[in-house]
This record gives sequence, structure tokens and C-alpha cells, in this order.
Amino acid sequence: MSNISRRKFITTGLAVAAGASGIAVAAKVAQHHGLIPPDAGGLYGPGETLTYAAQRLLTRHSMAREFSRSEMSKNPFANEVDPLGDEFKRLQAASFVDWRVTVDGMAARPASFSLAEIRSFPTSTQITMIGCEEGWTYIAEWTGVPLSYILDRVGALPQVRYIVYRSIQPDWWESIDMADALHPQTLLAHRMNGNELPVPFGGPVRLRVPRQLGYKNVKYINRLTLTDNLKPFGKGLGGANPDGGYAWYAGI
Amino acid sequence: MNASLPIADRGARQLSSSAKLGSAVPAAHRKRHSGLVRVTHWTTTVAFLALLVSGGEIVLSHPRFYWGETGNVNMRPWLNLHLPSSRDTVPTGYGYVLPDQNGWSRYLHFQAAWLAVGTGLFYVLFGFFAGHFRRNLFPAASDLSIKELGGSLVRHLRFERPGKEEAWSYNVLQRLTYLLVIFVLFPLIIWTGLAMSFGFTSEFPLAVRLLGGQQTARSLHFLVTIFLVLFLLIHVLMVFVAGFRNRMRAMITGRATPPME
Repeated sequence: MSNISRRKFITTGLAVAAGASGIAVAAKVAQHHGLIPPDAGGLYGPGETLTYAAQRLLTRHSMAREFSRSEMSKNPFANEVDPLGDEFKRLQAASFVDWRVTVDGMAARPASFSLAEIRSFPTSTQITMIGCEEGWTYIAEWTGVPLSYILDRVGALPQVRYIVYRSIQPDWWESIDMADALHPQTLLAHRMNGNELPVPFGGPVRLRVPRQLGYKNVKYINRLTLTDNLKPFGKGLGGANPDGGYAWYAGI
Repeated sequence: MNASLPIADRGARQLSSSAKLGSAVPAAHRKRHSGLVRVTHWTTTVAFLALLVSGGEIVLSHPRFYWGETGNVNMRPWLNLHLPSSRDTVPTGYGYVLPDQNGWSRYLHFQAAWLAVGTGLFYVLFGFFAGHFRRNLFPAASDLSIKELGGSLVRHLRFERPGKEEAWSYNVLQRLTYLLVIFVLFPLIIWTGLAMSFGFTSEFPLAVRLLGGQQTARSLHFLVTIFLVLFLLIHVLMVFVAGFRNRMRAMITGRATPPME
């Protein structure tokens, strides 16, 4: 081994060791600051973590673009859903008077709210775009109760890190971190374009999180779970779509 | 270090015209491409192919393009690729639906985008500081005359094998094309891509407003991709015209053999 290559060998070794420990330290710091998504493991973990961490550092409090009335879509596209289940149809037949949204998990006062109660809570209205990961978009006016209001009302414990939200439809659930859960534009939406939220668009209650793609905006919400750990849910990746191979964070 | 001077070595720095480059170092010890260029070239190649495959796959879930902010199957597209789709909500006229591949495609697309952007930043920073752009990419003023450009164009259109003067550097059309790709098309593809991200545009709304809307950004992203693919095809074709073995060896090992006179 010549001097040059030995020197190169040692330098490279030191660089690799420094790089590895640097990454380990960075991972610890990132974990502490909530910059590691639940799907950070695996082949696409590095890209996913970079995207999530970068957007959380840059956009924690940013507001999704809002539009004027004239920009609202005249003919929005509802996208298809799986055939609605019997329980949904029974509730629908009674005009959803018995629809309830249960809030459980790490809350001081877990609760179950009727649709009438949800509709009586203070509302926020936004004209925002919903975009599908497939590439299509529409703009609509959404009205609903801010999720932060619900979290406040049930007394979310300080250690809560994620909100898991579920549809009445089987195997349809997602989760968001507190940056999105406490964000003023994140709503339990129950009105759209001035009317009750139509069933094809997620009525009676849909989660609206306009800084993320359509698949995080789950329809027919009937349960919220406050947690500090996504591991016990499904495959531990934070949602039905992540369990099916999609990214948990859909801000891109 | 002196034994492996890159393309257009230090001694040739003042000689701006590509035809006059470098004669100070014996040919056997010279390199056509520096380590920086070779590593970033192949990293970009891997990232670009991953982006192309995954991007094409994502397009299949909605192979229609619109202008403005909104676009969906209830609206008229300006461009319908008339391809089969991976979604049964898209009216394609085909009697079948392709399997959904968007999960890994989106993961791969953004991971490869990070790799491409990281590599690009590294390349541009070091390209400026190490003089790569000045020596190898910025054309000499004398090469920018109509006569020189026209001559170079004619030689390209005749698929003439490049002569000895191009053994160590790029001709003027090549320089201008690389500059266009590096400083126009790559920034545009990154910009139009980021303009589709709801997270990104929540912080930087002008990124999408300046382009004219979310769907315009998507359409432009697709159009810039067409230009990049066109570049890739011509680039590879020109490698064959110039001598595949020699050019590939130069981009892998750095070394090149000047053509026999």
C-alpha cells in the first residue's frame, strides 16, 4: 500500500465514521423535534424523511392557499368511494341524526359528539383546493369545526403527538401530526359550498387538511383517537394508505 | 494530483476557445472529465431515470393535462394522452384499468428528486468554484459568431465524428445545450415540481401563482420533461456518433484517447 492510498484509506475511514455518527446524532435530534415520519424505515425512508422534515421546518405555521369565490370549481369531482356499508346507509336513512364522532385516547375528557353538537360548534370557513395524488384538483368552500377546538374541548393531554382519524367505512383511516392537527385550516368539515356536505364529498363529516393531498382528507369520520405512538395502529405506518404503500406525509 | 488533470487542465485555463484547449500535458496523463463531472453525471443519470419512470407512472393515474388552477375529469383537458389509466374514474376509452403503482412511484419520485437536487447543488457550487463552468461550459466569444455556430450546426446535422480538437473539450453547440439543460431546464423542472406541493405552496404561494396555477404547473412539469427526454435522446445519439467506447470510458475513468488523424 503506497503512502497516498494509505492516507486516502485513513481519510475515507474517518470521513465515513464521522458521517455515520453525524447521521446518528442528526436522527436523534430530528426524532426529538418530531421530524421523523412513521414510515421512515424502508427503501424510501430517506427521501420521505427529508421531505417531511424539510416541510415541517419550513411550513409548520404556513397557511394553505385560499381562493376567491370566482375561482371555485363549478363542477367539482367527488372521486369514487367503496360501496357504502349497511351501517352508513341506516344512518343516512335517518338523515344522520344518530351520527356520532367519538373522541378517545389521550384526552382528559373523552367524548362522543352527535352530529347536531358538531354542527353547533364554532365554525371556520375556507375556500381551498383539494388535490389528488393522481394530479387532479378542484376548489370549494369548506365549513367546519376546527380540529383544534375539538382537541381543546376533550382536553388533549400534552404528550399527544398524533391524531388518528377513522371513517365509518372499513379500513379507512389516517393520521396527522400536531402541526396539522392544531393548524387553523384543519377542520372537521360538515358544509361545502354553502350546503350540508354531500355524501359523495364525504358527508356528513369529513376531515379537511388542505396542506395535504386528498387521501389524507378522509370521508365519513366517526372516530378520533389521540395518541403519542402510531405503532399499535395497523402496520404502525400511520394510516390505511401508508399500510398500502403510500407515503404517510402527503404535503408533496 | 498533477498526473490527473481534468478536461481542459489548469495550464489551458486562459485559452478560451475549445479548439485550442490544452497541449501542456502529455495526452497519456490527461483526463477528459474531472471526478466531479463523472460522479455527478452518473448520479444524475440514476436519479433522472428513476424520476422519469416514476413520473411516467404517476401520469398514468391521470393522463390528462389542464391549464389554470383546477382540472379533473369533469373538465376539458388541453392535452389528453389517450393512454390507459390506473384509475377507473378516468374515461380513457380502453376497456381495462392498469394496476395502481402510485405508492412506490411517488416515494421513488421524491427520493430521486432529493438525490437529483442534492447532486445538482453540489455540481453547481463546485462547478463555479473549481472553474468547470468557465473552462468547459461557457463558450468563447469567438465561438458565438453566426459562422462558427452555423458551422457547428452543419457538422452536427451531418453526424460528423468530432475531430481531434474535441478530444478534450466540448464544441460550442454542446456547451450551449448543456448550459440550457443545467441553468434553464433543471431549475424549471424543480420549480414546476415544487409548485405542485401543497406544503411548499402554503409557504411560498408565489411559486405557483407566478406560473399561473396548480394545473399549469403540472402541465409545464410535463412539457419540460419532454424537453429533457429529447435532450437525453440526442445526448446518447451523439455519444454514439462521437465514438461510444471512447466517450463512455472518458465518463467512467476520465481518460480518453484522441482520435487518429
